[in-house]
Amino acid sequence: MKSHLLLQVLARYLIPLILLFAFYVQFHGDFSPGGGFQAGAIFSAAMVFYLLAFGLPAAERVLPPSWLRILACFGLLLYAGTGLVDVLLGGEFLNYSVMAKTPLEGQHIGIILIEIGVGMTVASTLTLIFYAFAHWSRLP
Amino acid sequence: MIDVVLNIVLLLFLLTMAVSILFIRHLMAMAMLFGLYSLLTAALFLVLDAPDVAFTEAAVGTGISTVLMLATLAITGIHKEKRPKIHLPALLLCTLVGGLLVVISLDLPPLGDEQSPALQGVAKHYLEKGKEETGVPNVVTAVLASYRGFDTLGEVAVIFTGGVCVLMLLGHWRQKPSVKVKNKIRITSR
Repeated sequence: MKSHLLLQVLARYLIPLILLFAFYVQFHGDFSPGGGFQAGAIFSAAMVFYLLAFGLPAAERVLPPSWLRILACFGLLLYAGTGLVDVLLGGEFLNYSVMAKTPLEGQHIGIILIEIGVGMTVASTLTLIFYAFAHWSRLP
Repeated sequence: MIDVVLNIVLLLFLLTMAVSILFIRHLMAMAMLFGLYSLLTAALFLVLDAPDVAFTEAAVGTGISTVLMLATLAITGIHKEKRPKIHLPALLLCTLVGGLLVVISLDLPPLGDEQSPALQGVAKHYLEKGKEETGVPNVVTAVLASYRGFDTLGEVAVIFTGGVCVLMLLGHWRQKPSVKVKNKIRITSR
């Protein structure tokens, strides 16, 4: 592996900030621009940066592909599962109003749950796609 | 006023990018220009007060897809594209359709017009009742996550399916790495 000193030093400072911003966008999406999809894309951008700076083996030690595969499935299932829970609680599919005592509280819980699902699936799918490309192109 | 100036500058840059992508033959430079094109589009979305879309465009368009294109170039090992011959009927058709679109766009309602047909249907309900019905101040999140939750589920399923397809095609992790070095993929550009 070639050493990319400048890239690695930059990555060490920037990646924590990018990850923090991703989580901010994820959990503050109700109040400011953003949401699960944006957060997932930003999170995977951080992982792409990490991979470019430190190489595929290092990135696979941080987030193993097997975990990412499970996370991608889990995110989608969390989304669909939220909808099914609504059905079981007596509402329509994805009608979160029935999830708590008041409709507003229910909406809040439902939206946070599905946004987490979206974020998980998008982040892990994009990272997995990039792992596959990096594997074939033998980047650093 | 500042919006108009920003729009004109950004659109001029966008046009420059588009034309230079057409004429440049070096594929790596082309990929970088595509990234810049996405960045400019993200800036335009920001000027249009659509920060949600701008986020996505900047992260996916500028960041990830540019890196994916560069990775593809590294895999295929092609760095130059041959100058294609100009196909006259295709050029005529493109000019015709493009011209028609420009003519039609003159009939579009002005930006932010309250009376535009797009804002008369459910959009009005979302904007007026969104906050009290969902408790979410950000209307975009309210529409995406609550009112149009089923559509978003479909979107997530599309992304998931795309990821599964890429893994089926390329995801042979640690399968005799020596084999693929010998049979390195060579695709000649014709």
